[in-house]
Amino acid sequence: MTSSPWKSTGSDRTAIVTKIRDKARAIRMHSLNMVYAARLGHPGGDLSATDILATLYFGVMRFDPKAPHDPGRDRLVLSKGHASGALYATLAEAGFFPVDWLSTYMKPKSLLNGHPNRNYVPGVEANTGPLGHGLPIAVGIAIASQIDHAGYRVFVITGDGELQEGSNWEAAMAAGHRKLDNLALIIDRNTLQQGARVAETNDVEPLGDKFRAFGWEVVDIDGHDPSALIDALTWPGGRAKPLCVIAHTIKGKGVSYMEDQVSWHHGVPTKAQLDQAMKELSLT
Amino acid sequence: MSAEGVASPRLFDCRDAFTGTLEAVAEEDLRIVIVVNDSIGSSKLSGFRKRWPDRTINVGIAEQNMVGVGSGLANGGKIPFVSAASCFLTGRALEQIKADVAYTNANVKLVGQSPGVGYGELGPTHHSIEDFAWLRVLPNLAIVSPADPWETSEAVKAAALRDGPVFLRVSRFGVPQLPRRSDAVFAIGKAETLRDGGDVAIIANGVMVARALAAAESLDEKGIGVRVINMASIAPLDLEAIRAAADLGAIVTVEEHSIRGGLGGAVAEVVAGYRPCPVRIVGFPEFMPTGGIEFLFETYGLTPRGIARAAEEAIALRGKP
Repeated sequence: MTSSPWKSTGSDRTAIVTKIRDKARAIRMHSLNMVYAARLGHPGGDLSATDILATLYFGVMRFDPKAPHDPGRDRLVLSKGHASGALYATLAEAGFFPVDWLSTYMKPKSLLNGHPNRNYVPGVEANTGPLGHGLPIAVGIAIASQIDHAGYRVFVITGDGELQEGSNWEAAMAAGHRKLDNLALIIDRNTLQQGARVAETNDVEPLGDKFRAFGWEVVDIDGHDPSALIDALTWPGGRAKPLCVIAHTIKGKGVSYMEDQVSWHHGVPTKAQLDQAMKELSLT
Repeated sequence: MSAEGVASPRLFDCRDAFTGTLEAVAEEDLRIVIVVNDSIGSSKLSGFRKRWPDRTINVGIAEQNMVGVGSGLANGGKIPFVSAASCFLTGRALEQIKADVAYTNANVKLVGQSPGVGYGELGPTHHSIEDFAWLRVLPNLAIVSPADPWETSEAVKAAALRDGPVFLRVSRFGVPQLPRRSDAVFAIGKAETLRDGGDVAIIANGVMVARALAAAESLDEKGIGVRVINMASIAPLDLEAIRAAADLGAIVTVEEHSIRGGLGGAVAEVVAGYRPCPVRIVGFPEFMPTGGIEFLFETYGLTPRGIARAAEEAIALRGKP
């Protein structure tokens, strides 16, 4: 493991961003192939979270894929567990398990369930699926790290519609109260939930003000910009607050006919649509 | 705590055995932490907090977060004892218990305090007579309801040593120390036969075990032989003990719980698939009227007399063709 991930990566930033973009492209392609083969999945949310996942695993987090239970590892909790396709593709690309596992996604007896299970899949930290569970779990991990003065960090990705679940605000209050400076929440702010726009359903705004009122540091960034994500997520010491990164994203990012379309929350592409998606992604 | 000799008339609050033993094991195992919902006092954990403030996590009145935090602490290598009034811990945070603890198979110890009708007059919102029913359907989760201080202490030690989730049901209702041999051994998943007899088996747990023993003694005077089984573990179940009870041909179950889905339901499920026989289930049938603990026990037959009556009914039913 690298020893000092807290500082921005500096002069080799261009190379790292290029690598993250390459990985993100591969993750998107894997995710769509998995949904196509399984005839199931959540492609819209996979694609909106992909750049966040790729940046975390290829530009921010400390981990050893050959030692997934290393006590000192940084942790990522994917609270929006329905984006399992993107998570599995990321973990495979990061070396936690062979890429060919991905073709079993949601097939009978596959280790790759529709929602992740840490007892089946190396690199998965929490058995998420029901929304509003990841942030409390991440708070518990962050407290464990602080008790042990272990120095590892915890990252948690939630959706934005997911923040309608009250358990998030119980956890947000606790994290602010305890000044968990080793905790970062990344909100995949794609503005859509399963049935409609978040704003039309039960609006979460003013989101930044809410977290600031709960004692968090808040930054708004483009959630598809690896460099901006690296800047937000590799912070120097001395902040003494949990960090909330509002990552503005586009649901279905990278595939023209999926972008910002609520119908692609779940949805399975036809062969022609899959071919078109691969062609578009290959040009990114 | 001595486990020998006859029952003492003295009554004990099992929370004292819980906290005393938890502090003793926490001295040895630094991974042990506590997570509470402003329930330090009602869980009798102020001594723990005083000794280990940095191992005491009070999340305030927020049970969903409390259980999620427990799961996260286990991810970070801790052994969290998540302690709160059983009604709120199990009812409010049930989905977290299912997903974050049981399905995750996280090394979290859930401690349901003052369960059953321990809160008496405070009413059905504060009673926890549903917890066995909605927890025992969850795979991986061991469920233990100790009967007295010795068993509470042993259960805390066993829970700390077990690599996996456990629900401990710790009562505040005064119970005697049960008579036991000095070499008695507690194991999660293992029933304890406290007394043997050939006519009927009374299977009880928690604070009802002492009452089941008293019922057995009164039946003995009538010439009815009673086996009394302390089934502290509802999950995993001691199938062998239940099948052996079914072989007697008449069973009574007694629990400080709803008559639906708890110990009685668990026993009946096993008996129905093995050798059907009458199973009389003693417990609570409804949301209860206002009243203290003893009044509620008396009203619904959770007394030595009520248990003995149920045993005679079960024997009578067995006699019919």
